[in-house]
Amino acid sequence: MQTPFGKETYLYWYELMLLLRRFEEKAGQLYGMQKIRGFCHLYIGQEAVAAGLMTAINDNDNIITAYRDHGLAIAKGIPAKECMAELYGKATGCTKGKGGSMHFFSKEKRFFGGHGIVGGQIGLGAGIAFAEQYQDTSNVTFCFFGDGAARQGMLHETFNMAVLWQLPVVFICENNHYAMGTSVERTSKVLDIYRLADAYDMPGDSVDGMSCEEVHKAIDRAARRAREKGGPTFLEIKTYRYKGHSMSDPAKYRTKEEVEEYKEQDPINHVLKTITDNQWATEAEIEAINEKIRQEVEESVKFAEESPWPDVSEVYKDIYVDQNYPYIVD
Amino acid sequence: MRTIAFRQALREAMEEEMRRDPNVFLMGEEVAQYNGAYKVSQGMLDEFGAKRIIDTPIAELGFAAIGVGAASNGLRPIVEFMTWNFAVLALDQILNHAAKMLSMSGGQFSCPIVFRGPNGSAGQLGAQHSQAFENWYANIPGIKVVSVSNPYDAKGLLKSAIRDADPVVFMESEVMYGDMGEVPEEEYLIPIGKADIKRAGTDVTIVSYNKMMKVALGAAEELAKDGISAEVIDLRTIRPLDWQTIVESVKKTNRLVIVEEQWPMASISSEISYRVQKEAFDYLDAPIRRITSADTNMHYAPTLVAAYLPDVPRTVSLVKEVMYMKK
Ligand SMILES: Cc1ncc(C[n+]2csc(CCOP(=O)(O)OP(=O)(O)O)c2C)c(N)n1
Ligand SMILES: [Mg+2]
Repeated sequence: MQTPFGKETYLYWYELMLLLRRFEEKAGQLYGMQKIRGFCHLYIGQEAVAAGLMTAINDNDNIITAYRDHGLAIAKGIPAKECMAELYGKATGCTKGKGGSMHFFSKEKRFFGGHGIVGGQIGLGAGIAFAEQYQDTSNVTFCFFGDGAARQGMLHETFNMAVLWQLPVVFICENNHYAMGTSVERTSKVLDIYRLADAYDMPGDSVDGMSCEEVHKAIDRAARRAREKGGPTFLEIKTYRYKGHSMSDPAKYRTKEEVEEYKEQDPINHVLKTITDNQWATEAEIEAINEKIRQEVEESVKFAEESPWPDVSEVYKDIYVDQNYPYIVD
Repeated sequence: MRTIAFRQALREAMEEEMRRDPNVFLMGEEVAQYNGAYKVSQGMLDEFGAKRIIDTPIAELGFAAIGVGAASNGLRPIVEFMTWNFAVLALDQILNHAAKMLSMSGGQFSCPIVFRGPNGSAGQLGAQHSQAFENWYANIPGIKVVSVSNPYDAKGLLKSAIRDADPVVFMESEVMYGDMGEVPEEEYLIPIGKADIKRAGTDVTIVSYNKMMKVALGAAEELAKDGISAEVIDLRTIRPLDWQTIVESVKKTNRLVIVEEQWPMASISSEISYRVQKEAFDYLDAPIRRITSADTNMHYAPTLVAAYLPDVPRTVSLVKEVMYMKK
């Protein structure tokens, strides 16, 4: 198969997507064992979005997303073991056991969170980009949200200002076709979500989210536009989550056939096929990658298991930067 | 000392802080070209330019979010709401985002932002434009709440709010922007979290804040004519509440009356009353009493406005009640 992307890229995509998949499968298992509590939203099926994104952006670029944040957080470089420890609620987690599944953050990796109010982060993403523009950097902010979030008023207020002020932000709707149990068709007459950009004179595009190649190309174009002071872009990346909305959702609102249809386009299988078709890796080399990922996930669980709980004194920490804040305690 | 208007004191605070720190900027509806809906930001566009004095569309939720995002990424925004009545459209960003950024991120992302604007009633503006919100925001961990009553406090506290590392809700009043007051030429700051005794006294403590301080001080003046010495405390900061200053005063006067523009249910007076009964129970010679806005929506007619808001005569008679004096 002809491809503008080389061996290195495919091997990177394969390894990253496999890590995200295996991490989430393990998280699902551990949730069943009640090691992980609270709400937990898995990224399985959407990995190509994270993979295509990562080869198209720079380390200094910013990411912000919603509560379905494990995949993008690990892709952006938060170590799997810190993510697993966070799912457990341990002190060694990426937010010290304070955020949990929905609120992964890393200042070092420029990952601005995991947010739980549907659509709230759309405006925050524009604000993060505003700060980059204000400080005259060339960093681009990638602001992710779901198809459900696209129906919030926040999107419209933010799109309007982002275009007006030409902010260096790329808005990315991960259209996985459902907001909890509600399909896109049941929430709007406008099924091509990317066309919402038209009303604000923002370039918009629809992207095949099961393809790392297509995701990379679209994000690369949008990132260049933002970096070259051409303003925001809106990408609707059509993807699919294989699992339910969260761990408690049996996903009865869709057919087996529909799920199978997407699984046939599975991005990990697709990338692996390209690698083997091009003889970029031997079976043994692929097995070595698989084994490495298996170990990384196992080690993340071991790390989480062995880590301490946060000390109860943390209840009154990180609420204010101000260390002397006089909390009311009775 | 020179005398300046309340709005100028606020403007000077912003101007001085913007000269001091290039990361401070002002955004809101009509703040730039129109020079501010209440002329607080008059002339600031000329000095600082459109990069730092930013007119926004009428989109409170959206521009509050852009402010919060910018604060999480290194800037120090001042977000002006035309009034706090309209800020409820942005409550999600203040409550769910600004107040929680630091804790959700395990201490990694702070949110040094000031949300400011006029609060409370301002004449016959009807039900939707007349609300006081101090207690709403004072309930939220993760933010600080300042509510000021004169130009001197306004300037010193706004400068502290802009320098603060945490999100600050800063409340002014439409009807006080023209008030004149002494403000020194030299720079000064007033720390957040400290109440101020605006009038010393020995017989009764009156606690208030924002424009109800006029009622409290007016009542104290009237009471003095009857030989009653009222100590008047201006909270200035609502969260954190400087209850120590109140308790110290009550230990001296043994009586407490609170005057505020909140609705009564779960108001600031409710919280103060809890604190004082706990910390100074044995010192109280009378029940703690309060005057709030009526537990209703504010109507338009002047008679109904007057009946709704706290005033001097009712405060005076309430003080006489806690002093067990015949009216
Ligand atoms: C403001 C708000 N309303 C409702 C919810 C409850 N809720 C959580 S996720 C969700 C569906 C969102 O779907 P979508 O934006 O498509 O994201 P996806 O879960 O598919 O990634 C809803 C309604 C919420 N968290 N916030
Ligand atoms: Mg969805």
